[in-house]
Amino acid sequence: MSREVVIKTDRLTKKFGDFVATNEITFEVYKGEIFGFLGANGAGKTTAIKILCGLATPSYGNATIAGFDVYTQTEGIKKNIGYMSQKFSLYEDLTVLENIHFFGGIYGLRKKVLKEKSEKLIETLGLQKEANKLVGALPLGWKQKLAFSVAILHEPKIVFLDEPTGGVDPVTRRQFWDLIYDASDRGITVFVTTHYMDEAEYCDRITMMVDGLIKALDTPLKLKERYGSASMDEVFYELARGAKRSAD
Amino acid sequence: MKQFLAFVKKEFYHVFRDPKTLLLLFGMPIAQIILFGFALTNEIKNSKIVVCDYAHDRATRQIIDKIEASPNFKVQEKLWNHSQIEAAFKTGDIKLAIVFPANFNEDLHHFNTAQLQIIADASDPNTANTLTNYAASIIMDYQKESTKNMQIPMQVNTQVRMLYNPELKGVYNFVPGVMALVLLLVCVLMTSVSIVREKELGTMEVLLVSPFNPMLVIVSKAVPYFFLSLINLTIILILSSTIMGMPINGSIFLLYFASSILILTALALGLLISNSTDSQQAAMLISLMGMLMPTLLFTGFLFPLENMPMALQIVANAIPSKWYYIIIKSVMIKGLGIASIWKELLILSGMAILLLAISMKKFKTRLA
Repeated sequence: MSREVVIKTDRLTKKFGDFVATNEITFEVYKGEIFGFLGANGAGKTTAIKILCGLATPSYGNATIAGFDVYTQTEGIKKNIGYMSQKFSLYEDLTVLENIHFFGGIYGLRKKVLKEKSEKLIETLGLQKEANKLVGALPLGWKQKLAFSVAILHEPKIVFLDEPTGGVDPVTRRQFWDLIYDASDRGITVFVTTHYMDEAEYCDRITMMVDGLIKALDTPLKLKERYGSASMDEVFYELARGAKRSAD
Repeated sequence: MKQFLAFVKKEFYHVFRDPKTLLLLFGMPIAQIILFGFALTNEIKNSKIVVCDYAHDRATRQIIDKIEASPNFKVQEKLWNHSQIEAAFKTGDIKLAIVFPANFNEDLHHFNTAQLQIIADASDPNTANTLTNYAASIIMDYQKESTKNMQIPMQVNTQVRMLYNPELKGVYNFVPGVMALVLLLVCVLMTSVSIVREKELGTMEVLLVSPFNPMLVIVSKAVPYFFLSLINLTIILILSSTIMGMPINGSIFLLYFASSILILTALALGLLISNSTDSQQAAMLISLMGMLMPTLLFTGFLFPLENMPMALQIVANAIPSKWYYIIIKSVMIKGLGIASIWKELLILSGMAILLLAISMKKFKTRLA
């Protein structure tokens, strides 16, 4: 496979004092791929995502995101990525449309483009009636679908999702993943962390992080074969059994 | 620029969508002006007094009329005998007695000097002092009026002269103080809470991941509060000049200019607080505790700074509102121009710049 590489890390490490949050992690992510980043709480997922988004500087090691270096070109990175944080990240006291316009606005989208995009987005999500309602009044599942759509409003090369489906029912989660597939079809690379193992099955490739180290990196199918397991759940237990860190 | 405007618009939405914020923004100054202007004034109104008039002539009648016309006094009773005075004081609600000797008018016009006695209930020395001053100033006033057409001026024994505030109006002290208090509190509280709120909600991360310049996040947060504070200031000025009769003798422009500097200082302080805390409650608590006490104590509008020990006077110099208070009093009451307050303006500006620099720098290091 000689696909275009959009994320490339080389021995990427972040230390907080004696604590090694991510320990020499090396991997590549290809364009349009849905890349699952799995691990127990405290395995180092969030730290890794923060480094890749330019929010934190690594202690050592290298990484390039969409061709930009994490040390020196964070501005370039920021223009090419979207981000949806663990916490719900829209403004609840703004309406659906106002949120879309605000985030489109700070990414510098033109008024005309923004208008077209927001109309299309509202149609896709079926939010016509709620467009002028405050986001705080929407059910959680809708909010998260909206947050995802807003995160890719500016057509980034890569979108980082940090546990995007926490606390959402399985049906809505499935709908959420439909949106992720759509984005991936359009060529947007999706980098997603999760600890729902059923979601891991939806990914093209996954990495398993244990204690800051990458313990496995392959397609869900191959991982299951390798460990002789029927489900990702078993693979996860097999790998995470030796983990020393458990809390975040 | 477009990004910036989108951000400022969003900040205005936040303010106008939150009734609590609006109430705090506009309710607090109005409530404080009214509280300090009416309820907490150190001015004494309608104080009950008695008059003991042995003379019963033109001069004493005129003076008594003047006293009755004053809003500070209410002549409760006219007594005929000196011995009744003590009985009157003993009832408790009489605060002051004025005694005119016989032949008051004649003495005044023939000898150009007359005696009169003011007796105050000094069990409350502050009240007694204030009331005596009120009475003395009314009598002085009478002397001046009646001396106008005479060649030989009448003798004045006591000389009570109070510059700028001859009627000892409390409002003159309180309005500039309340202005400083409101601007500082509102701005510090609002900026710190609104920035910390983004951290608490997790939206700050999203903003920092976006290509939007983090410095502009701060600036756009400050813009709405800057303008709202100016509106606030206007409300305070209108209220105090219409209802309280507070004069604005100096330049309005200078007033707004100095206020803008204080607002900037407050915004910088708010930013600094938001850097050091992660919860809205903590930000609110620090803003209130950290700002309210020093501002009340060291501005000079509740407790005269001159009476404080040297160490506290030095501490007071570090409080921005102290300098603002001096400026506002000079401009509003004395009508002074920039030539006489440039030193205070410079100190205040220096504080604003220093605090802004520190807070900007601190904010930046948090991103690395």
